[in-house]
Amino acid sequence: MQAGKPILYSYFRSSCSWRVRIALALKSIDYETVPINLIKDGGQQFSEEFQALNPMQQVPALKIDGITIGQSLAIIEYLEETRPTPRLLPQDPKRRAQVRMISDVIASGIQPLQNLSVLKQVGQENQLTWAQKVMRSGFNALEQILRSTAGKYCVGDEVSMADLCLVPQVANAERFKVDLTPYPTISRINKTLLALEPFQVSHPCRQPDTPPELRA
Amino acid sequence: MQQVPALKIDGITIGQSLAIIEYLEETRPTPRLLPQDPKRRAQVRMISDVIASGIQPLQNLSVLKQVGQENQLTWAQKVMRSGFNALEQILRSTAGKYCVGDEVSMADLCLVPQVANAERFKVDLTPYPTISRINKTLLALEPFQVSHPCRQPDTPPELRA
Repeated sequence: MQAGKPILYSYFRSSCSWRVRIALALKSIDYETVPINLIKDGGQQFSEEFQALNPMQQVPALKIDGITIGQSLAIIEYLEETRPTPRLLPQDPKRRAQVRMISDVIASGIQPLQNLSVLKQVGQENQLTWAQKVMRSGFNALEQILRSTAGKYCVGDEVSMADLCLVPQVANAERFKVDLTPYPTISRINKTLLALEPFQVSHPCRQPDTPPELRA
Repeated sequence: MQQVPALKIDGITIGQSLAIIEYLEETRPTPRLLPQDPKRRAQVRMISDVIASGIQPLQNLSVLKQVGQENQLTWAQKVMRSGFNALEQILRSTAGKYCVGDEVSMADLCLVPQVANAERFKVDLTPYPTISRINKTLLALEPFQVSHPCRQPDTPPELRA
């Protein structure tokens, strides 16, 4: 059986999908996108076909090397272990711990509390307030952490998995009109990262499923 | 983050349970908590993240406070049922004696405490036979017993084992 290109199940606007898209771009891994629209048809992630592929019924999911992996950080760590250059995690265990801690603050502490399915349950009239509260609270903590770990990027001066988590989360914050003035370190690092090509080619405005009115 | 756990070790303080566990794994590598094979490692991390990102944060104390007291039980049960539905399905293809194959891994460390949460919120575990079986097997192991909430320095007297 001939191995094809990896397949990424992705939604253009999903911040978790964006993290993986950045990793794939940084590591120059060529892949195919199968768009999963989280809103159309009641949410294409709920189709039986997709559920068989990823029981969490979420994006991203990556089909690669004969397996399908869900959960963005599990995917990124797999890419790091099997396609180790360029690095997405530092060599030093203490710095690796900082990268994982920052990634988890975002991927466990902030994003899940403001994702689509939670917002649906919170109710439309409460969504904006809820999302803003979650993000402000998380960014307060993140700003403090970054003040002791950051160099040019989240941890020192090399792009890491933490940076892949930061940029999409800042984009979510902007979408929910969170004022970023209290978070100068987050803002600075985000700006620096957005200038890099992997963060641009993977951007929601440049995906196969980006709606025409949002396309760059 | 104003959260527990945090571990002060080797001159640094690390927050976020999985970041702590991965650090321990890298600096004190035996016995292993992650398999050697990258595909199995991915399965361990995926299962851990399903719990640590997909379930627990949605039913932790600060979220429940915001949901409001009259809604808490329903919310928590819904979150856990939804998560356990997915987890049960994943485990049916990855599990051996434990979550991934026959060695205890980081995924198992996430499973047992989450099942305890589910029991505390009176979630019926009958629909999740794989989760139940693995949980029972793990609870028989000493590290899962000595670390149990009922045997901690701060366990209230009425809950102490």
